[in-house]
Amino acid sequence: MSILINKDTKIITQGITGKTGQFHTEKCQEYANGKNCFVAGVNPKKAGESIFGIPIYASVKEAAAQTGATVSVIYVPPPGAAAAIWEAVEADLDLVICITEGIPVRDMLVVRNKMKKREAAGGKKTLLLGPNCPGLITPDEVKIGIMPGHIHRKGRIGVVSRSGTLTYEAVGQLTEIGLGQSSAVGIGGDPINGLKHIEIMRLFNDDPDTDAVIMIGEIGGPDEANAALWCKANMKKPVVGFIAGVTAPAGKRMGHAGALISGGADTAEAKLAIMEECGFTVTRDPSEMAKLIKSMI
Amino acid sequence: MKIHEYQGKELLKKFGVVVPRGVFCPTVEDAVKAAETLGGKVWVVKAQIHAGGRGKGGGVKVAKSLDEVRQYANQILGMQLVTHQTGPQGQKVRRLLIEEGADIRKEYYVAALTDRATQTVAMMASSEGGMDIEEVAHKTPEKIIKVFVDPEEGLTDAQAGQLADGIGVPAESRDKAVATFKALFKCYMETDASLAEINPLILEGNGNIKALDAKFNFDSNALYRQPEIVAYRDLDEEDPDELEASKFDLSYISLDGNIGCLVNGAGLAMATMDTIKFFGAEPANFLDVGGGATTEKVTEAFQIMLRNPKVKGILVNIFGGIMRCDTIATGVVAAARETHLSVPLVVRMKGTNEDIGKKILSESGLPIITADSMAEAATKIVAAVS
Repeated sequence: MSILINKDTKIITQGITGKTGQFHTEKCQEYANGKNCFVAGVNPKKAGESIFGIPIYASVKEAAAQTGATVSVIYVPPPGAAAAIWEAVEADLDLVICITEGIPVRDMLVVRNKMKKREAAGGKKTLLLGPNCPGLITPDEVKIGIMPGHIHRKGRIGVVSRSGTLTYEAVGQLTEIGLGQSSAVGIGGDPINGLKHIEIMRLFNDDPDTDAVIMIGEIGGPDEANAALWCKANMKKPVVGFIAGVTAPAGKRMGHAGALISGGADTAEAKLAIMEECGFTVTRDPSEMAKLIKSMI
Repeated sequence: MKIHEYQGKELLKKFGVVVPRGVFCPTVEDAVKAAETLGGKVWVVKAQIHAGGRGKGGGVKVAKSLDEVRQYANQILGMQLVTHQTGPQGQKVRRLLIEEGADIRKEYYVAALTDRATQTVAMMASSEGGMDIEEVAHKTPEKIIKVFVDPEEGLTDAQAGQLADGIGVPAESRDKAVATFKALFKCYMETDASLAEINPLILEGNGNIKALDAKFNFDSNALYRQPEIVAYRDLDEEDPDELEASKFDLSYISLDGNIGCLVNGAGLAMATMDTIKFFGAEPANFLDVGGGATTEKVTEAFQIMLRNPKVKGILVNIFGGIMRCDTIATGVVAAARETHLSVPLVVRMKGTNEDIGKKILSESGLPIITADSMAEAATKIVAAVS
């Protein structure tokens, strides 16, 4: 079937009245079952109004109570984005997807620690995807985020990546050779984020309708190595791995705030080596990702 | 964003860290005057550039007379200072810091930085001050003491004490070290720093704890709410092409190869660079045009790439999602015309309006080579330049 979201997911859009929020909400509504999935928007100043037929509520809590929505997507600009995440957490949602790029790291540190403490105190566990991510899609069911819907095709390959366009690249290759996707997930390019490769790999491993996974990473941070080590012990499905940034110099931020080599262990070569050790089929030619998966299933 | 040592010390002082008395000096005359005003018998003449390793490169000198201050200031000001962080061309020294000498009994290391794995702020301290901390981490990792700080609660007395005891601060100076660590943490948080490092932090003969150096890096996402930090920005220390690119909201980093590349998305941009290398050549730059590329932006991107004399060919790789391939194609054609492009150009575009985009390229009459996959594009540009 899919991971995290499906055609029955009910979604709140935070930042629905902004330019970005409007543009992408319309595209998401047009995709598959989007008309039925996007059930609420939030803007305290425009409560009671509606946009594209979607009612606007004053708060996430109220929107969730009125519509039964369990997921939200955030397009709120950077200065207010961490507060928007916290509002969704306090409303006890299952999953919050933060698209916003450029949130101060300190704000993310604070909100992540608040989330962990809330959970430790017995509060509901709300999953966070992103920030600075394209969102996620379950083809032919629902698309939450900014990815181009038309390149996807329903199928049995999972895709997870920190980079948006590199996710599209993998999806495009798969679709072109006739392989569809169960779900495609962009976890985002920021150093402090929510769901990581390891958690998405766990979900794909447990999903009966995913046969194999393309896992894409990049320089900076320990996440890909952690996921690879988990997979070595637990993953039952073939994985093709690619890490971007073999040619990236150390100490330079390569576009993404999190794409920065800061030690010896987070270079592309180091990550590729550990993935290979852990049983991934690793490629250094990103044009080969889909072909490799095809040869393995 | 990085700042100079003298600016970092200003910040630290504001938060209560003790720093040596010092004066920022743009000229040799200022340097001599500053030494006179500071008084004493020993002064330190320090080159102010953003790169580390200044001492080894000859950018830090201890002067024992005003004549020596003049002599060293003369030597250092205007020199091309080469360190392991500047690259072989070095960085021109335009500013000096003149400081009073310090009575060093012991050198320590302390730093605050964001820890991705725990999603907290890591405070690190070591008894091995004055050395490259990566070397310490490699050779004697047990000499680095780390505590992870809840960003809301801040560094507790217990944690600060743990650091002080862990690096062997003598009992009579413990309170001073604890206060210094807490001030450093507060400074780190309130200025939206991504790194705040004092190396060395010294114990003076009289038991005082003092910051002899200050290295800061700031989160560029937070600069909008840090006007005081932005005011410290020194454009002379930044790569002129990267600076120019940032004005157009382009993310650009120059590299050593000869194939320029223009891509949308940071991950795809890195993957494109890697593909060029995989097929036997080296990329000349990283360039992410972002999600909302216009004709002007593409033209500017071409101009920035072509300013690099090493560029012998250009590879454009676009995955059209929200950004349409026809928009990019129009931009590429306009940019190629405006820059009178004389090097080979390979364009690979996929996604939204791919066919219209390809048609625009082929009807332009320009010698643009097209490709379907990244591998094909890289093979073609590598062949075209060799």
